[in-house]
Amino acid sequence: MNNNANLFLDEAATRIEGPLLFAHRRVDVGLNEMVEVTGSDGRKRLGRIAALDNDFMTIEVLESTSGLSLSNTRISFAGEPISFNLGPGILGRVFDGVGRVIDGGPPVAAIKKMPVDGGILNPMRRVKPSDFIETGISAIDVLNSLVRGQKLPIFSGGGLPHNQLALDIAMHARLRSPSGNHEEKFNEEFAIVFAGIGVPYDTAEKFRASFEESGALGHTALFLNLASDSSSQRLLTPRFALTAAEYLAFVEGRHVLAIITDFTNYCEALREVSASHGEIPSRKGYPGYMYSDLATLYERAGYLKGRPGTLTQLPVLTMPADDITHPIPDLTGYITEGQITLDRKLDREGVSPPINVLPSLSRLMKDGIGEGFTDPDHPALANQLFAAYSRTTQVRLLSNVVGAEGLTPADRRFLEFGVEFEEKFIHQDGPRTLDQSMDIGWQLLSRLPDSELSRLTDEQIARHLHKRRA
Amino acid sequence: MKDAVIHWISGPVMKATAYKPFKINEAVLVGEKKLLGEVVRLHDDEITVQMYEDTSGLRPGDPVAGEGNPLSVRLGPGILGNIFDGLLRSLDGEGRDFLYPGQNLPEPPIFNFKPLVEVGQIIKGGDAFGQVRTRPKPAKTHPCLVPPDKGGEVIAINERGDYTDIEIICTLRAQDGEEQQLAMSHKWPVRTPRPVAERLSIGPPLLTGQRILDCLFPTARGGKAMVPGGFGTGKTVLLETVAKWCNADVIIYLGCGERGNEMAGVLDEFPHLEDPVTKRPLMERMVVIANTSNMPVAAREASIYTGVTVAEYFRDQGLHVALMADSTSRWAEALREVSGRLGELPGEAGYPAYLSTRLAEFYERASRVRTLSDKGGSLTIIGAVSPPSSDFSEPVTIHTKRYVRNFWALDRRRAQARFYPAIDPLISYSEDATDLAKWWQKQGAPNWNEHRRRFLTLLEEQTRLERMARILGKDSLPPKQQLVLMLADLVNEAFLRQSAYSPKDRFASPKKQTKMMTVLDSFMDMAQKAVEAGIEVEQISAMPEVRRLQRMGEEISEEEMESFDTLQTALTTAFSGLLANVQEGDVV
Repeated sequence: MNNNANLFLDEAATRIEGPLLFAHRRVDVGLNEMVEVTGSDGRKRLGRIAALDNDFMTIEVLESTSGLSLSNTRISFAGEPISFNLGPGILGRVFDGVGRVIDGGPPVAAIKKMPVDGGILNPMRRVKPSDFIETGISAIDVLNSLVRGQKLPIFSGGGLPHNQLALDIAMHARLRSPSGNHEEKFNEEFAIVFAGIGVPYDTAEKFRASFEESGALGHTALFLNLASDSSSQRLLTPRFALTAAEYLAFVEGRHVLAIITDFTNYCEALREVSASHGEIPSRKGYPGYMYSDLATLYERAGYLKGRPGTLTQLPVLTMPADDITHPIPDLTGYITEGQITLDRKLDREGVSPPINVLPSLSRLMKDGIGEGFTDPDHPALANQLFAAYSRTTQVRLLSNVVGAEGLTPADRRFLEFGVEFEEKFIHQDGPRTLDQSMDIGWQLLSRLPDSELSRLTDEQIARHLHKRRA
Repeated sequence: MKDAVIHWISGPVMKATAYKPFKINEAVLVGEKKLLGEVVRLHDDEITVQMYEDTSGLRPGDPVAGEGNPLSVRLGPGILGNIFDGLLRSLDGEGRDFLYPGQNLPEPPIFNFKPLVEVGQIIKGGDAFGQVRTRPKPAKTHPCLVPPDKGGEVIAINERGDYTDIEIICTLRAQDGEEQQLAMSHKWPVRTPRPVAERLSIGPPLLTGQRILDCLFPTARGGKAMVPGGFGTGKTVLLETVAKWCNADVIIYLGCGERGNEMAGVLDEFPHLEDPVTKRPLMERMVVIANTSNMPVAAREASIYTGVTVAEYFRDQGLHVALMADSTSRWAEALREVSGRLGELPGEAGYPAYLSTRLAEFYERASRVRTLSDKGGSLTIIGAVSPPSSDFSEPVTIHTKRYVRNFWALDRRRAQARFYPAIDPLISYSEDATDLAKWWQKQGAPNWNEHRRRFLTLLEEQTRLERMARILGKDSLPPKQQLVLMLADLVNEAFLRQSAYSPKDRFASPKKQTKMMTVLDSFMDMAQKAVEAGIEVEQISAMPEVRRLQRMGEEISEEEMESFDTLQTALTTAFSGLLANVQEGDVV
């Protein structure tokens, strides 16, 4: 199909508007195919064909168009969609947002060329994700468990430690077999794809340093689109990173954790590019197709029948003004399988990680916990902790006005429970095993009377709470 | 065949110069890969086409072939128990891990056909001319219906034997002399409702086994309900639960712009669950239409019509069908996106002005009917709505609300406390409830309506009192009002909360629901009397029997109905004990 490989046009451009370049259609090319636009400065800019008619074509330039002129501009056609050349050598390497090596080393030897837009995973060929991943974080492991093949975003805000949390998860995540032993093999075939979209230089450096120090860089492919890079390139960064992740997962058969931060920058770029196309904006100026566009990225996670590898996604986004109803977290939440929400108040109180468990959720949790997966009583424990902590927030609302004195004794007990829950369970100084986390959970519940524990059976109360109360 | 040639293309919309007359909504095949599209606009010799597949690689000059008929799907015996994309193309097949545009369809399935009519007989649209066996043991058959728009004298019919579902096996001569050829399956345009003999008023309830639905906000067979809720409030789990346990004969589960892993979950779970009525795997009565969020947008727009057309096909066989559409908001967004690409004038929130008309057309296809072949059938539609920012005043929620009779609103606060189903009892409503009270009365629940009213009033009262308590403090409320708070909590915990994953609790029969309502009702009476006699509310809530009451849904199974009577007796004894203590105290 690569019959247009050496096709190019000179002196064809007729108009440049923002990232769009209009040109005479003097060659036979197809929609969405890759082009390279070279200006008189000699710089090659990646682009794609966005519209075609009998006489003209519209090219979306995915890098800055500054410096391009109508004359002396060469457009070369690849005759195929934008693709990424991949090989086993991508681990341990650092790339820019469009898959070019930037760590000073030689180019990666390619064994497979994959289109960056990916294919559509056939829902019928998917395996239901159910392998529990122990992250070492109580608020996640006990209450919002992560399973292999899931996409679980972190909803954060500016200045909150989401990057630290993402790194902690990347360093400690391991598979737990039903017997409770950790499967060593998981770590051998484990790979991380880390993509920074529009991240400042110092953050990018910190990531690179952390991966190097911990020795994790050897099984990591790092994609860095810096804040100073062009915004339209941000649209390609997650696509290149996920293509690499798919290669590692479905071609090499590894268990891949893809951490992509920060999706808010991606959506801002999407809005910018949409505006330059003159499209009718939807909520807050974001394009109406943002849901579908995000879905084509987030849905690239999963587990396929008959293939050994898996792809788990952990995207990070910062909620503008901490507003969970903003279109970016809102649309993300509709696509992903839950979310881990960070909370500014908890952060100020020194709770680390500052995860607010109530607005957090893991939709696939039920398939990866309980009998045969973790502990038979894990679901009940999680359920009861949620119910009790949610009661706490109601009581806090009440006590704001009338003070703790106006509360019934039962309500006062929940105030105490809330404080302990945040200080002892959510807050942690180092990674915990699931058993340690669950033990703290039972400990906290043992302070509540049986009449307030309607989510537990009598047997569960006898098994876990009686000895702790004694 | 070249009926037209592309001269402009951008994203999922293309324009072509036509060499033959096209019709609006005509299906077309585009380019070498024969990608499917639909004509949406005609202007002189220019046709505008909305594409249902990824258009990468198409270019001006590529050929377009007209199909002659509107976008249609093939309805036949191979549908039940299977999974399809939004245009009813099978997703089955080894090695199809990733879907690419223009992929070939699998071979047509083969079934054992048995004729039911003879040459010379006159048959009309909707009649069965034969049947196929879709399962050997226990035997299950599927009728082969004459398409609603055909009918006449049988002039040829094949003998019993194995045929593919597209082979011509029967020929009719219509009244005008035209010969019509029939196969086991036939095509039907998705945007045209299938005709029926008569529409009937809504029927008995669609029982879901979910207490909050069946008792507080029931929907009738042939009714329509909407489930609005922000992300994470449990829309999908609720729809899946209803799909599992409702008493319909066929379930169409339409994943419209939703998650791929959810579809995998349905395919993994449903074959292992048992239909509470037939005791057969639930998957046997399901059709899954999966148009996941990463599939082309225009196909998502069509998928909702595909779903309802398949549902009508089964309704026409005299079956009770329930269609779950998750989520209609994604469909509306697809409508908006396509409308934007066509350059139409946007209405509210960018949606096209005809959004409300399209929603009305869709929900109006829910009905209880007398079919063309004089059978009773029904189609119930339950549509999820995903309002942006959980804002129920957005266009899709508002317009849907105008056309449905039952409104099951999901509440984020309940969902965060993992209180499922997280239906908000205060803003949800059921217009069908009054009509259905008679049905419950006949089922041995004479006080169903009174109990229902009592529960709803308590919950209403609770919010009012809680607002007051926020200012005054809970302690300063009089005992009667404290009791209201306690009883409302009990309604929530003991009755409305229902675990979808507990084997005993996930499905409650009408009998169990009635028992639970009755026990709760009598507890309320006794508690009120006790408080009037001067007993403190805390004494009542500390009774160990209250914990049994809270957990009765999970503790008492369908086979242990007598345990409710035991519980009832225990409660009566406990209250007499309390009262006796008070009276003794008075004497002292």
